[in-house]
Amino acid sequence: MGEISTIHYLVVAAALFAIGTIGVLTRRNVVIILMSIELILNAVNLNLVAFSRMHGQLPGQVFSIFIITDAAAEAAVGLGILIAFFRNKETINADEVDLLKW
Amino acid sequence: MMHTVLFIIFAVVCVAAAINLLAQRHPINSALSLIVVMGSLALLYLLLGAEFVAAVQIIIYAGAIMVLFVFTIMLLNAGEEELSKSSRVAIVFGVPAVAVIVAALAYILSRGAGTAALGDFIGGPKEIGRLLFRDFLLPFEVTSVLILIAIMGAVVLARREER
Repeated sequence: MGEISTIHYLVVAAALFAIGTIGVLTRRNVVIILMSIELILNAVNLNLVAFSRMHGQLPGQVFSIFIITDAAAEAAVGLGILIAFFRNKETINADEVDLLKW
Repeated sequence: MMHTVLFIIFAVVCVAAAINLLAQRHPINSALSLIVVMGSLALLYLLLGAEFVAAVQIIIYAGAIMVLFVFTIMLLNAGEEELSKSSRVAIVFGVPAVAVIVAALAYILSRGAGTAALGDFIGGPKEIGRLLFRDFLLPFEVTSVLILIAIMGAVVLARREER
């Protein structure tokens, strides 16, 4: 294994990203899909922080803070939509969200 | 040496909890796994010297966002989900494909970038704050507007319609 380098962090981030993608594509519960999106955003954050460390530059970490803020906004709006949807249709199954399909 | 041991422990915990997130059928178990992922990621950030980002990760992700998730799960009283036919197909073909993609990525990364050594610096609140309020002042202020819009959007969306 040797010394831990940037590559190892990137591999962990890639694994997290892939797991998040599987979650978005396979699960049908909208809450789980939103959690998988958070997982993907976290993978991106880990990449940014690892590269920031590699290059010795701080703006990467500032970007990851912006991404965390965006994730908070996204979760708030997403869960708001979810509650509004549940009030109308009494379900949180993504397959039954088909008002715009034809 | 210490770095290596800590990295391996928390990287494994992180990925295992992420897999557990998908394996669990009940949303509340998934939410708890996600908190474990957030916590171990914060420790990875600490290993990378990003102290401020680690603190923000714990406070905002493991604190605020996960409370929001758990609150919504409780509010909707979401039960266990059943798999549909298309999601079975997605699991059968998607999971091996994603495993292959991750393996290929790991291989390419380990070959292409070689030994990109970790630098040696610390991202404490002082440095981050100086950067945030000087070089990134405009994006920072725009983000506050974004948050404001998100708050209003969440309130409007979750409000009961008056008839």
